[in-house]
Amino acid sequence: MLSALLALGVLGILFGLLLGYAAVRYKVEGDPLVEKIDAILPQTQCGQCGYPGCRPYATAIANDEADINRCPPGGETVIVSLADLLGRDPKPLDEECGEEKPKMVAYIHEEICIGCTLCIQACPVDSILGAAKQMHTIIESECTGCELCVAPCPVDCIDMVPVRQSLDTWKWPAPPPPPYEQAADGSSNPQPAGAH
Amino acid sequence: MRRLFQFKGGVVLKEHKKDATALPVQPARLPPRLILPLKQHIGNPAEPVVAEGDKVLKGQLIARAGDAICAPLHASSSGTVIAITDQPVPHASGMSAPCIVIDTDGEERWRPREHHVDNFAELSAQELRGIIHDAGIVGLGGAGFPAAVKLDPGGRPVDTLILNGAECEPYITCDEMLLREHALEVLNGLLMMRHALHAKRCVIGIENNKPKAFRALCEAVRHSDADVEVVEVPTIYPAGSEKQLIQVLTGKEVPSGGLPLDIGIVCHNVGTAYAVYRAVELDQPLISRYVTIAGSVAHARNLEVLIGTPLGDLIEECGGNRDTLHRLIVGGPMMGTAMHSDVVPVVKGTNCVLVESTSHDVPLPSRDAYAMPCIRCGNCADACPANLLPQQMYWYARARDFDKIQDYNLFDCIECGCCDYVCPSQIPLVGYYRYAKSEIWNQEAEKRQADLARERHQFRDFRLEREKKERAERHKKKRSAVTQGGSDDKKAAIQAAMERVRAKKSEQDSTPKNTDNLTPAQQKAINDADQRREEKTATSPPDRPQ
Repeated sequence: MLSALLALGVLGILFGLLLGYAAVRYKVEGDPLVEKIDAILPQTQCGQCGYPGCRPYATAIANDEADINRCPPGGETVIVSLADLLGRDPKPLDEECGEEKPKMVAYIHEEICIGCTLCIQACPVDSILGAAKQMHTIIESECTGCELCVAPCPVDCIDMVPVRQSLDTWKWPAPPPPPYEQAADGSSNPQPAGAH
Repeated sequence: MRRLFQFKGGVVLKEHKKDATALPVQPARLPPRLILPLKQHIGNPAEPVVAEGDKVLKGQLIARAGDAICAPLHASSSGTVIAITDQPVPHASGMSAPCIVIDTDGEERWRPREHHVDNFAELSAQELRGIIHDAGIVGLGGAGFPAAVKLDPGGRPVDTLILNGAECEPYITCDEMLLREHALEVLNGLLMMRHALHAKRCVIGIENNKPKAFRALCEAVRHSDADVEVVEVPTIYPAGSEKQLIQVLTGKEVPSGGLPLDIGIVCHNVGTAYAVYRAVELDQPLISRYVTIAGSVAHARNLEVLIGTPLGDLIEECGGNRDTLHRLIVGGPMMGTAMHSDVVPVVKGTNCVLVESTSHDVPLPSRDAYAMPCIRCGNCADACPANLLPQQMYWYARARDFDKIQDYNLFDCIECGCCDYVCPSQIPLVGYYRYAKSEIWNQEAEKRQADLARERHQFRDFRLEREKKERAERHKKKRSAVTQGGSDDKKAAIQAAMERVRAKKSEQDSTPKNTDNLTPAQQKAINDADQRREEKTATSPPDRPQ
């Protein structure tokens, strides 16, 4: 009886020490869930979710402070991925945050620009090049299309333009929904079978 | 006799190859205008080295390769560069891309010869690859990968070099005609490639529906006494696909996501071998190729076409009507892509132009208008030569489940169209796979972009933090400099003032100088005064100033 208690006690202490050591040795810095959520977010850093950037939003989601449907640039894809990751049900995009738009980039009308640097200070990814009293320009490949530079411009010389399509960015379109489905939907333009 | 193997699946198709092989190949008419896209290969676009208005000679370099995976571009005929602008290119999107446009002068004047190679065997593999690269040769089977890159095994051993003359798609006959007319040149090109690769064995695979081409090749091999095996393979589509041909000839399977080089095999098209021969022996860059024009044209045939010739010119030359075009397909009926216009040019990878007119219908499989629900018959899985499950991938593509579809090895799909062909519900399966593939590529590109944005945002945060800290530091330094330096000065000033006051005081407080030698009366007056003062001090409040 006593030896059994002793043996179990010793084992308990041993495993306790082992676990304690492992907890210290393999301690994970930071919250891995935040990292995972942050990896899904589109990193536009636009703040439309109401948080000052993607990472703060990711932290808020991880802490259950924010919903998963507050990211308009990510749209449905991000909502579905987040729902998968967190085991929640996907929901439609929160309308108060904005709507899903095709990807845009900023364009500075250089003849209007007065070189005030306000847009440079607003850009969350440093994709505007310029200096005080010098004309500014967008580094197109780095621009995330967050629109944060549009509002501060005192002369309204920044426009958002759709991303230029090239052969490299072109995508095969999804095949049209089959005729039987269009008929079932009662959609406005059903394709009669055999018509081509 | 080599033992042949089989690949799983595949379909037997009606060939439609008789028409275009009846007439001998002849050069196509010189078009008045050549349109040469800067990107006719896999990799980055070539960089123009000519300007608008420049006169160019036939074979002259007009765009150079910027990096390793790129192919230079040469003028297909002599003339004047009239523009370097965006023009419609033969691509499924119908979009435009940068092109060099040349108005031909009809003189066909060649540039001076740049090198003479008497015996290619004396060249090093590197020199040979250099010549092939400079000639702008890309894989002529359709994919358009720069040939010089594919001829560089990077130190890995090459057991077998396979020359692909299977040409399995219906209607296409350009490789067959090339072999019939230039078997010896193709064979020489093959030997040059073998020299560049140090390959142990050489095998040429031809489908057994091309007896004339097979005989011509056997004749050429016998004539030149080369150690090359010519093998007839069964006519089952897609035997001409690289992976499938390798499997038929060697029994080896290219690993998923890998290259044939991983199993010691390199595979090239017969047209590429011919281009290599012309580049090395004749110093002619790749400026023309054999193209089949078939379908709704009066004279279906093969022509030797200058790269950059608009498709419309070829259709007219073969007696087709450009006004009644219903569909224009570049490539074969199974894997080709429909063009949006007939002004797009022939590029290095164009093997066939298939014309379908409204009046004269060609039975090409139609892929979307008649789709019916999937009945789960499994024919697609039986037909798939890549051992995939087309039906599963179809569901996942429709559901946009792009993670799951990759679990079913979407990227091993060669888009051969067998599943489309056998599907009794006529579901455009390959359309779904192409869609899924480009969506996945796009998502990957977006991910890279997002990672870059994250990195830049983090750096910006770091920079702002650093600037704030630096500013705070500067302020602190300034402040401390003011308070510390100021106190010293002040203290010194106060000290000095106090010194002065003290000095003055001590001067003032000095004992009266006229107290010596006083008369008794004087002494008494002083004493009286002192007494009065003392009395006054005692009676007056102590805090009152006197």
